[in-house]
Amino acid sequence: MASNEKPATRKAAIVGGNRIPFARSNSTYAQASNQDMLTATIDGLVARFGLAGKKVDEVVAGAVLKHARDFNLTRESVLGSKLDASTPAYDVQQACGTGLEAAILVANKIALGQIESGIAGGVDTTSDAPLAVGDDLRRILISLNSAKTVQDRLKAIARIRPGMIAPEIPRNSEPRTGLAMGEHAQLTAHEWEIGREEQDELTVRSHQNMAAAYERGFFDDLVTPFLGLARDQNLRPDSSLEKLAKLKPVFDKALPEGAEGTMTAGNSTPLTDGASAVLLASDEWAAEQGLPVLAHLVDAQTAAVDYVHGGEGLLMAPVYAVPKMLARNGLSLQDFDFYEIHEAFASTVLATMKAWEDPAYCKEKLGLDAPLGSIDRSKLNVYGSSLAAGHPFAATGGRIVASLAKTLHAAGPGKRGLISICAAGGQGVVAILES
Amino acid sequence: MADWYTNFANSGFGTTLTKQLGLPRPAVLRRYEPGEPLLPGPVVIGSAGQGRLRDTVAAVLKDAGATVVSPVAADGSTDGEKFGAVVLDATGLTSPGDLVSAHDFLAPAIKRLRASGRVLILADPPQTADSPAQAAARQAIDGLVRSIGKELLNGSTANAVFVPEGAEASVASPLKFFLSGRSAYVDGQLLTLEPAEVPNGEDAAKPLAGKVAVVTGAARGIGAAIAEVLARDGAHVVAVDIPVAGDSLAKVANEIGGTALQLDITADDAPQRLIEHLRERHGGVDVIVHNAGITRDKLLVNMDAARWNSVMAVNLQAQLDITQALLDDGDILKPGARIVCVSSQSGIAGNRGQTNYAASKAGVIGMVRAWAPEFAERDATINAVAPGFIITEMTAKMPVGTREVGSRINSLQQGGLPVDVAETIAWLSQPGSAGVNGQTVRVCGQSMLGA
Repeated sequence: MASNEKPATRKAAIVGGNRIPFARSNSTYAQASNQDMLTATIDGLVARFGLAGKKVDEVVAGAVLKHARDFNLTRESVLGSKLDASTPAYDVQQACGTGLEAAILVANKIALGQIESGIAGGVDTTSDAPLAVGDDLRRILISLNSAKTVQDRLKAIARIRPGMIAPEIPRNSEPRTGLAMGEHAQLTAHEWEIGREEQDELTVRSHQNMAAAYERGFFDDLVTPFLGLARDQNLRPDSSLEKLAKLKPVFDKALPEGAEGTMTAGNSTPLTDGASAVLLASDEWAAEQGLPVLAHLVDAQTAAVDYVHGGEGLLMAPVYAVPKMLARNGLSLQDFDFYEIHEAFASTVLATMKAWEDPAYCKEKLGLDAPLGSIDRSKLNVYGSSLAAGHPFAATGGRIVASLAKTLHAAGPGKRGLISICAAGGQGVVAILES
Repeated sequence: MADWYTNFANSGFGTTLTKQLGLPRPAVLRRYEPGEPLLPGPVVIGSAGQGRLRDTVAAVLKDAGATVVSPVAADGSTDGEKFGAVVLDATGLTSPGDLVSAHDFLAPAIKRLRASGRVLILADPPQTADSPAQAAARQAIDGLVRSIGKELLNGSTANAVFVPEGAEASVASPLKFFLSGRSAYVDGQLLTLEPAEVPNGEDAAKPLAGKVAVVTGAARGIGAAIAEVLARDGAHVVAVDIPVAGDSLAKVANEIGGTALQLDITADDAPQRLIEHLRERHGGVDVIVHNAGITRDKLLVNMDAARWNSVMAVNLQAQLDITQALLDDGDILKPGARIVCVSSQSGIAGNRGQTNYAASKAGVIGMVRAWAPEFAERDATINAVAPGFIITEMTAKMPVGTREVGSRINSLQQGGLPVDVAETIAWLSQPGSAGVNGQTVRVCGQSMLGA
C-alpha cells in the first residue's frame, strides 16, 4: 500500500538572506546590469553564510525586465559568483511575484526531498532596461540577416523607413488595458473609497519604520552595500504628512469625470533597481553547515483575477489567495504575529485590508460565510515596506521573506507571519512563514 | 610588493647609483611562503656562559628542518657556508665579564650571515637576577641586540627573547617565528616569555587548523591581510567590519572562504551580537583580533570632542567592551583562546596631530598588560602588536616627502607591508605561543621613533 501514500514532506527552512540597497531608477545603479546586481547579491549571501566554493543544490531567480541576452540570467550569475560552478540554476518570472514564487519553488523541492539547499532570488533594473525595435524593423533586420546575396541585403535595407527607428521602451503598464499599474490601482482606490490621508499616513509609517530598523541595525545582516550605496535610496526618514500632502495626484487619468485622484509619487512606489536573495535549506543541511534556521515556509498560494473583463481590480488577487491558504491551514486572518503586505501603492494595502473586512465582498467574491476581519496595524510591515525601500519588481519577494524570517526568529519560536504580494497581470502570490 | 625605492635600489642601475651616492639601500626582505624551509641556510648556535637552552634550541630547530652547526673560530674568517641565522644562548650570564664570550661568538658568526639573516639572543630576564652584577649583564643584552639590529645589512634582523626559569617549553614558538620569514619586519624587539602549558603536535603548515578567528576592521588594508594570513594558516575567519564597508568585506570573506559579519563594534549591543553570532555559527571562538581602528587627526588645541570620542570608541573602548563580554560569557572563549590587539607606533612614540589616536593606542598596551594574568589563569593569552610605518592605501595618500622619510627611518630602511603585521598576529594566535602574554610586539623594522 505504501506506493499509494502521499510522500512524506518536510518544511523548508529559511536560513537568511541578502540584498543590495535599492536605488532609484537611473541613479546609482544606472550602469549596473541585472547580472551585475544578482551576482553581487549572491556573493553577499555567500559571504554571510560562508558558502564560497561550495555547491548549493539549486539557485532560482528571475527578473521582470530582461534583455534578450539574459535568457540564462541566474545560471550566468552563479557562474560569475563565488559559488561552486557545479551549482545548477534556472530563471522564473511572475511579475512582482517573481521573488516570492522563486522561494516557493525552492521550498517545495526541499519539502519533497529533491534538494537539500537552494537560493531564491530576484533582480530588476528599470535603468538598464531592454529597448526593443519595432516589429516592422525587427522583421527587416531578420531578413537582412538571412539574406544570401548583396542584392537581397540591399533590398532589405531599402525597406527601412525613418519612423521605424524609434525603439520600444518597456512601460509599467498592462498590455491588455493600456493603463499604467498606478492608474489601475487608482481605480481600485476610488472603488474602495481609500482616502488620500490614510494613504499618506501608511506611507509615512513605512518610511519611519524602515528608518528606525536601519538605526537599530536590523538590516546589518540583511543588506550588503553595492556601488557605494549602503541604504535604500528612496528611504526618507524625515517623511511627513505635511510634505506628502503637497504632492499632486498622478494616476487619475482613468478615473470617472469629477472623481479626484488620491495617489501621488509619495504614496506610490517609484521605479527602482535592486536585487535580493534568500538561502533556504532542509533543517538537516542547515545544522550540518552550522547555520541558523530563522523560520520555515509553511504554505503558499497563488491566485489571479480577471481585471480586463471581470470587474475586479488589477492588484486584488492576493485578497483571493489568502483565504484559500488560511482555510487549508485551519487559520484565521488574526492568527498571525506579523503581516507583510507589499506596498506596491499605499492604496493597495488599504484596499486589500478593507476587502477582507467587507462582509458583502467576502461573501460574494470570496465565497466566505463571514468576512476575514481586520488585522492589527501594529503588526503590519513593521520594518517598512516597498514605499520606503522601493520596489525592484522581482527583488521584493526576497526582501520580504528574509526580513520577515529574521523578525519571526527574533520574536521566538512558534511565531507566524503572512506575506501578500500583488503582481501585474492580475496575479497574487501569498505565503505563510513560521518560526 | 616592495615600494618603488626598494625596487629601484635593487635594480642594476639603482644598485650602482645608490652605492655611489651613499643613499639608503633597502633590501628585498625574505618573507614567509608556505612550503619553504624555515631558513635559507644553516643556523649556528653559541653560548655565553653556562646556557641552559642550547639543547632545547637545537632540538626545536632540527625538528623544524633546519641544519644546526657549531660556532665558528674567532679568527674572523668569512670563508665557508653562510649562515641563515645566528642564535646566542646567553642564559648563563652571571656578570658583565661573561659578555665578552657573546662578542667572541657573535662577531665571526655575523660576518658570515646571509641576506635577510637572523640574529636571536636568548637570555634570562633582568628582573629575576640574583645580584646587581647579574642584572647588569642581563640588561646589557638590551643594548647589544638593539645595536646589532642597527648594524645589520641586507634585510637581516636582530631580536632578543627573555626566558625565565620554567619557561623553556615556551621558547619553540618565538624561536621559529623570529628565525622565519614571518618576522621579516620585526627588528630590534625584546620579548619576555612566561611559563605556560604549551600544546604540541601543531601542524607547521596549518598551525591554526580548526580554529575560529574573528578579525575586526577586515574589509581592507591591514585587517584584510590579517584575515588572509589567518585563513592561510588554517583558521575559519569571521571577517567583521562596519555595515557600510560590507561590499569589500564580502569580497575579503569570499576570497578566503570565511564569513562576513557586518557589525558596528561601537554599538551598545555589539558585544552581545558578536557573541550570539559566534555561538550560533561556531559554538565559540579561538582567536579575536581587535584590528578595527580609525584616525581623526588634529592638533590637540584644535580637536573637538567628536574627533576625540570617535577615535577612543573604536580604537580602545570597543576592544575593552568586547573582550570583557567574551570573558564574562563564560564559555564562548574556547580553551587556549588568543586575543591580539592592534596598537600603534604612535602609541609608543607619540605623533603630532594624533593625541587622540596615540592615547587610544597606548591605552591598548596598558590593557593587554593588565589583562594578561587573568588570561593566563584560563590558559589563554592577550597581546598587542604595534605596527610602525606600514604601506597601505592610507600611507599612499601622504605627501611624498613625509612618506619617504617615514618609511626610511628604521633599520630596514623601508616601510613594512600589511602582511608583516598579519604574520606577527598569526604567530601570536598559534596554540604554541602560549608563553607570550601581555606583550606588545612592534612590527616596525626597528623604527627610530619611540625606540
